[in-house]
Amino acid sequence: MTRSATGCSAAGAGALPLQSGKSRTRMVETLSLLLGACLILAAVLLVAPQARAQSTSDVLVAFTTDKFPDTERALNEIATSGLPTAPQIVEALTNNRLWFNGPARKLYFTNEAGAVFDAATGAPAPDVLTSGLKHVRLNNAVRRSLDAARGALTLMSSDPARRLAAAESVFKSRDASALPLVEAALARETIEANRKSLEEARAAIVASDSGAPEARRLESVEILKNRGDQDAVGILSTIANWSEGRVKAAAESASGTIQARLALWRNVQNIWYGLSLGSVLLLAAIGLAITFGVMGIINMAHGEMVMLGAYTTFMVQEWARNAHPGLVNYSLFIAIPLAFLLTAAVGILIERLVIRFLYGRPLETLLATFGISLILQQAVRTIFGANNREVSAPPFMSGSFDFGSLSIGWGRMWIIVFAIAVFFALQFVLRATSFGLRMRAVTQNRRMASSMGIDTNRIDAMAFGLGSGIAGMAGVALSQIDNVSPNLGQSYIIDSFMVVVFGGVGNLWGTLVGALTLGIANKFLEPIAGAVLGKILLLVFIILFIQKRPRGLFALKGRAVEA
Amino acid sequence: MQSTLPLAGLLDRRGLIFLGVLASAALLMPVLALLIPANSAFAIPPYLVALFGKYLCYALLAVALDLVWGYCGILSLGHGAFFALGGYAMGMYLMRQIGTRGVYANPVLPDFMVFLNMKELPITWWGFQSFPYAMLMVLLVPGVLAFCFGWLAFRSRVTGVYLSIITQAMTYALLLAFFRNDMGFGGNNGLTDFKDILGFNIQSPATRVALFCASAVALGAGYLISRAVVTSKFGKVVIAIRDGESRTRFLGYRVETYKLFVFTLSAMMAGVAGALYVPQVGIINPGEFAPTNSIEAVIWVAVGGRGTLVGAALGAIIVNWGKTFFTGALPEYWLFALGALFVLVTLFMPKGVIGTLDQLKARRATAKATAERNAAQAGE
Repeated sequence: MTRSATGCSAAGAGALPLQSGKSRTRMVETLSLLLGACLILAAVLLVAPQARAQSTSDVLVAFTTDKFPDTERALNEIATSGLPTAPQIVEALTNNRLWFNGPARKLYFTNEAGAVFDAATGAPAPDVLTSGLKHVRLNNAVRRSLDAARGALTLMSSDPARRLAAAESVFKSRDASALPLVEAALARETIEANRKSLEEARAAIVASDSGAPEARRLESVEILKNRGDQDAVGILSTIANWSEGRVKAAAESASGTIQARLALWRNVQNIWYGLSLGSVLLLAAIGLAITFGVMGIINMAHGEMVMLGAYTTFMVQEWARNAHPGLVNYSLFIAIPLAFLLTAAVGILIERLVIRFLYGRPLETLLATFGISLILQQAVRTIFGANNREVSAPPFMSGSFDFGSLSIGWGRMWIIVFAIAVFFALQFVLRATSFGLRMRAVTQNRRMASSMGIDTNRIDAMAFGLGSGIAGMAGVALSQIDNVSPNLGQSYIIDSFMVVVFGGVGNLWGTLVGALTLGIANKFLEPIAGAVLGKILLLVFIILFIQKRPRGLFALKGRAVEA
Repeated sequence: MQSTLPLAGLLDRRGLIFLGVLASAALLMPVLALLIPANSAFAIPPYLVALFGKYLCYALLAVALDLVWGYCGILSLGHGAFFALGGYAMGMYLMRQIGTRGVYANPVLPDFMVFLNMKELPITWWGFQSFPYAMLMVLLVPGVLAFCFGWLAFRSRVTGVYLSIITQAMTYALLLAFFRNDMGFGGNNGLTDFKDILGFNIQSPATRVALFCASAVALGAGYLISRAVVTSKFGKVVIAIRDGESRTRFLGYRVETYKLFVFTLSAMMAGVAGALYVPQVGIINPGEFAPTNSIEAVIWVAVGGRGTLVGAALGAIIVNWGKTFFTGALPEYWLFALGALFVLVTLFMPKGVIGTLDQLKARRATAKATAERNAAQAGE
């Protein structure tokens, strides 16, 4: 391991000397060797309990000799000395505010204002004047020890979180000089997570140390392998490059194992994100699929129904906040049925007022509904303003839990559950109710259904209401993960079209498969091609796919289709 | 008078009026904008010249769209893409003309390329310093894209709403692509800061008038070409495809060939419209690819009357004049007005302004005929 004397610039809690492959001047190397020797000495002192009893006063005296090696020694011991003022002393030295009185062998530090304190007790010493004192001096070697002492003090800190951070930083720097400190900290540590982190730090140091016994190094490689993250891979590949024999083989195999596992988890993560995106697409597209399937028309105002659902959530939450603060956390449960009813009503209104007159002219319907979408957007903009509205997440939707090396947000999780619930509820409506039966009949053959006595006008209105209502419920879900703004719907409408066109309108399973496929494909393309290019590739794919299957994955068959 | 006979079929009375209005606009504009003093009541300020020129470009786009939608039944929601591609081709020519007058004074690379640390001109930009080459690209780029797209789509018989949606997907994909800096077309900011065209200052009133006249000529030519297509025997088949695609196919016509020809021709006309549009507004950016723009163009055609060509041009001018008026006077209400226009036109004026006028005329004619017949019967 090559060491250089750049450690004095290292920042961070465990600012131990950094490892670097770049060589510095010879003098610096000599100093480093000297320092290494001192550290080994310090290590011996640290682990020897009997040395500790007298170290408190020793440490203080060592600062007052005005000799660099003594200062270094003092610094190396200060962390484990149990001296209550140790942090202040180290802090003062860092800022060049540590003073000593040579003849009296007394040590003092000043605060920022210049007031003098006794370093042994931390008590103010108002009668001592800094004019009679000398600075404790620093050179590069002392600065390195100073950094090490600061790292060590954090390793021994009373705050468990700081100890953990220090252990992590030792793990990353894996400087051999920190080993005794890690051992000492390990001896004291009682918290399991911190112990694990310290053990990993020790393993990183030992495994990198070519002088350590092979058995211990192999054991350490095993610990690193169990840690199993990208940092461990980095350390293991360095070890593999610098070692021979069994250690090299073990490190290589461990690194390979971790990388395979990481790749697996990356795929799991992509699938998870893809499912999450797919569930959002499913929610947005499924209502569209119903209206398209039943009536053969594309409802361009569908996105605005989603937007209205999101604004309903906002309104309900505002109402709850003002009128019944206790209900705020449950406002989503009120918003879901309300959004469904509201958007379904708007949908039926649109159907009765506009679309009814345009049957058999799907392209005109597309234009008319686009006009409606403009009106709805502008209406919401006029009423609520163009800015984003805040919809807060209830406690059960916020936060996340760990699954393997994956952090899963509760919000996303519940949206997936919600999407699946909506999907199956809809399947139930279509398969098991008389309304669903009629709707499917109209979808398959409008004229025949009409001849059998089904009121197709009523079914159309109901189907449009159902599709719009589902869009409204999608809006409730989307309000949790997206900005609630008048443009909310627009950002989903093209994606929803793609899902419907890709999945086909034969049955809802097409929409499900379409949404999940596009969602997952999108997330797998993103790391490779970038977010925008990935999306472009998907669009091109769909354009080409339509050439192969002009009616989507799950197409309706029969002559009714052409009508 | 043998030679006038084909023309008689080509131009009906409405077409003659339309071309007459265009010609007089092209002739009057130089007089009103340049010759008479600026303080005269009839003088047209330069910004209005550019505005009217812009309307004419939109009108050409509408005519192109009417050709495919009104006569062939293909509702393209991606014609804005062809328009924008033509515009980019022109924009690239104009960028190369800036030369050393850019902020970084690089003789070859446009400013944004210097800014993005590009070292040499991408292949896509080669040759654009030449005006003829740029004009060729104005026609070729939209034409080739439309040809490839149409070849795939029509051969697999993608029709109706599905076709509309994938044309929308096409323009959306292009929108995303042109937003990327890596594409080398100026990314988000697009192309702007143009200096001159063919050596003439692009800002000067005379150039603006010239561009206006060029737009008028292009619109007239576009109209004549479209009219020639739809009045020919070929056009009869195209209309037959609109009214009964399967039936036409079963009669033995290669439907996809007809559709492909009309679609490609229309895309090239849209490209020309875009190319004339860019020097008059002074900028082209990826926003022109936005799917909403394409849908808006469809409503121009619907307002004017689909399947009438003149109506499409008229619709584009009416709607855009309305847009200029509304966004200036009542910006809040423009989207309400536009949305209402979509709904009301599809509900109550499915044939648009021109079609409704025709209907009224026909009704009056029938009423007159009935009245005459009744009078004759009463007289007997």
